[in-house]
Amino acid sequence: MSEMAITGADALRVEKAGPLATLQDAGRFGVRRMGVTQGGPADLHAFAWANYLLANAWGAAALEITLGGLVLVAERDLRLALCGADLGATIDDEPLAPWQVFTLHKGQRLAFGTPQAGVRAYLAVPGGFMGSPVLGSLACVTREGLGGHSGAGTPLAEGERLCVDVDALAGASAGQARAVPMKERLDYLAPAVLGLIPGAQIADFTGPSLFRAFHAEWQVDARADRMGVRLTGPRLECRLDGMISEGIALGAVQVPPDGQPIALLNDRQTVGGYPRLGTLTPLACSRLAQCKPGQAVRLAPVALGAAQSEYRRFLAALQA
Amino acid sequence: MRLPRLENAGVDAWLVRLFDSIDEANMPWLMALCRRCEDAFGTALVDLVPSYTTLLVHYDAARLSADEARSCLASILADLHPDEDAAAGAIKELPVWYDKSVGPELERLMAATGLDRQALVELHAGHEYRVFALGFAPGFAFMGSLDERLAMPRLDTPRQRVPAGSVAVAGRQTSAYPRQSPGGWNLIGRTPLTLFDQHREEQSYLQVGDRVRFKPVDRAEFERLGGDTRPVAATQEARS
Repeated sequence: MSEMAITGADALRVEKAGPLATLQDAGRFGVRRMGVTQGGPADLHAFAWANYLLANAWGAAALEITLGGLVLVAERDLRLALCGADLGATIDDEPLAPWQVFTLHKGQRLAFGTPQAGVRAYLAVPGGFMGSPVLGSLACVTREGLGGHSGAGTPLAEGERLCVDVDALAGASAGQARAVPMKERLDYLAPAVLGLIPGAQIADFTGPSLFRAFHAEWQVDARADRMGVRLTGPRLECRLDGMISEGIALGAVQVPPDGQPIALLNDRQTVGGYPRLGTLTPLACSRLAQCKPGQAVRLAPVALGAAQSEYRRFLAALQA
Repeated sequence: MRLPRLENAGVDAWLVRLFDSIDEANMPWLMALCRRCEDAFGTALVDLVPSYTTLLVHYDAARLSADEARSCLASILADLHPDEDAAAGAIKELPVWYDKSVGPELERLMAATGLDRQALVELHAGHEYRVFALGFAPGFAFMGSLDERLAMPRLDTPRQRVPAGSVAVAGRQTSAYPRQSPGGWNLIGRTPLTLFDQHREEQSYLQVGDRVRFKPVDRAEFERLGGDTRPVAATQEARS
């Protein structure tokens, strides 16, 4: 164990909180058997690129800003990275595009407006935001009252301050030239095609239902949050009435008796008892987390091997 | 269905299906499987979710391919034996104040069963339960199996706020709410214990596989143990 002290310092002050801004790291693991969910970034893809831009360790804590409205004021000069949704961000009223590193000088105001494309933006700092881990993680899960900058699962509130590691800030000023490749800067307004690995109950759905599942256009419902996203469209029929509750993986697409699928995301309950079409790939979960209510999505079957290869390429590129 | 069965649960998880029905005797097998997975996967294990008949095994896809993880699980299953230590099961006791003020559905159960309060309490507290799974909220334990006579459907309209410590039944299961939350189970009493505290060494008082006994206590003892005697808000009482 290192005896090195980490020196924390206030970096950003919350002038306006907006609807929902939370601290997220890679997630809370090893505690699901106690009913504690995993949390973590709803859009892992954008979160990981934001950390990559600053050469941060995998899963360094970043801010997840949902729908905008947040206004932050710098309390010192900061190098920051912004990835994910375009929430109409500005620095002292000058537009700031996502997918880049930028400098926010002491006293400057970083303000998020309204969603232009996507719904969740990720703001990273060198070394990650600091806080006291709860059950091994800083991931903020409001439903459970666990984690985040306060430790109690609260979103950012007006007047609060976010803390950074000053040594990491100093080290970052050297400035490695990292960029996000163009193909990774996703167009969240384009129709989303979500890769789904068929699961064990796939054959329990009726033939017409399976055809509809993969050929219909689904609408993202207004009931969409960090627990899950409900899709509306043709009714899917399953021959199973119910199941004994079992552990639910990230991205599981369950179909309750109303026939409308729900994709389960980071803050889902740990166990559940509805039949499932299968599991969205992690990158499909990320893509879905950027969809607005009313946006059209399609489900595309993908083989486990191909899906795992894609995910491992993503991890290899971003954990480097 | 031939069991055990390995079911794909995404790019970094397998679901091991061991049984097809709820049985307290499943738990020593599931506990053994958990322990074997911890040993075999080591640091490549991300999380385990045991639940009634299955175990979800979440592994690190950066370190293991799906095939490697599957082979590892298959070899564990080839010589799995129930865990004798876990079979004995940790015994946990939950003091409960069974009273209409904190357990408004005692009346519903009395009406449905024709039993008086005392007989209901004896039925609920007279059995040792197994924790089948934790879920719904941190520390919320699904326990069974409840005497058939106490089996009641959930409330038609769930409460917005069930007080922390509320002891409840639904179907053939019983549980206690670790903290205030929405909930649709029938409330029959309250425990003074803190069921989940992230700052404690054993964060969740109840763990999968535990054997649980409810111990009836009177109001004075409940208060002495730190229980909150405030009644379930009248406006939230079930109307079903």
